[in-house]
Amino acid sequence: MSESALQIFISALLANNFVLAMFLGLCPFLGVSGKLETAFPMGVATTFVMLVASLCAFGLNLLLTALHLEFLRLIAYIVIIASAVQLVEMVLKKYSPVLFRALGIYLPLITTNCAVLGVPLLNISNNHNFVESLLFGAGSAVGFSLVLVLFAGMRERIEGASVPRHFQGAAIAMVTAGLMALAFMGFAGLDKYQ
Amino acid sequence: MKQPVLISNMEEFMEGVWKQNPVFVMVLGMCPTLAVTVSTLNALSMGLATAFVLIASCGLVSLLRKVIPKEVRIATYILIIATFVTAVDYAIQAISLALYDALGAFIQLIVVNCIILGRAEAHASKNPPLPAMINAAGMSAGFTIGLLALGTVREILGAGTLLGFSLFGPQFQPWVIMLLPPGGFFVLGGWLLLFAWYEKRKQGRLGGEVQHV
Repeated sequence: MSESALQIFISALLANNFVLAMFLGLCPFLGVSGKLETAFPMGVATTFVMLVASLCAFGLNLLLTALHLEFLRLIAYIVIIASAVQLVEMVLKKYSPVLFRALGIYLPLITTNCAVLGVPLLNISNNHNFVESLLFGAGSAVGFSLVLVLFAGMRERIEGASVPRHFQGAAIAMVTAGLMALAFMGFAGLDKYQ
Repeated sequence: MKQPVLISNMEEFMEGVWKQNPVFVMVLGMCPTLAVTVSTLNALSMGLATAFVLIASCGLVSLLRKVIPKEVRIATYILIIATFVTAVDYAIQAISLALYDALGAFIQLIVVNCIILGRAEAHASKNPPLPAMINAAGMSAGFTIGLLALGTVREILGAGTLLGFSLFGPQFQPWVIMLLPPGGFFVLGGWLLLFAWYEKRKQGRLGGEVQHV
């Protein structure tokens, strides 16, 4: 591997941010970012699921490759992610019922967050080893949460601004996200820095 | 229910194309919408791949709707969808490797496209196979139209080509930002604006009052 471990982390976190550069996980990005106090726990929960998923997926991939069952990969990953989400749900329900209720329907929907499935799939196509997989997962998860929280903060401000009538709702959110993506393009090349 | 079968089927189909268009009205399935629409061809192939998965899995879910236990229905739907996606994944790999590379991980990510799971849960699990598949076909048509609307605008502005053919001649200065991620957000924002404007204008006409802002 030519890339160092730090470069992989920074690349997934900023330069190739999952949401703004690779368009993964846009549904929760647009759906949960209405309020800051739900955006943050959502980011933490997603981070946990992504880490568990990339860990388990790495082991599972070794097993499937050894058994020549690569065509089952997608189905197996989905099952892993669904179980990880179930685990997070049970833990949250036991230790923080308030948070559990605040997240509501969005918690099971982590299963269909394409960023979560994207991490293990990209790990395979980039031939990451174990440490690299874990760092890539961590970087993209933290990057996702970072952008989610930043965007939620901006949307709270938009609530109070006088937006032109036809721009209200999804259109202004898209333009805001576009401006944010422009800003994040400033990080391009940071992962190549020696 | 007294309507002729053809007309009610047509209405069911048009529901997904226009009134509940997944891209412009419901704003679902945004990840593939923005990621693969750098060219018209990519947009079209993504639309067709999603259409196959959507129609096939809605048909199967609808056939099995009385067998699937209520508690594990979501997991069952996802497994059904994942099976069809694996088939599409291998099919595209066999047909065109260039296209497979261009679409990248997004073929496999059709599994987590919220439109498909949404349709399976909201419509296919409650209706017989034929209406479920017609509804799914309408949704896929609406989704493909949405992808094409983004793909053509981004390709024409960002590269000056349409389906790979040059449109404006050599002196055209391509607007590269349209092919980059921010361009995707801006073009989609523009389309959403257009739809919101049209809907509000229609409401104004129907309500008989014109608001001046």
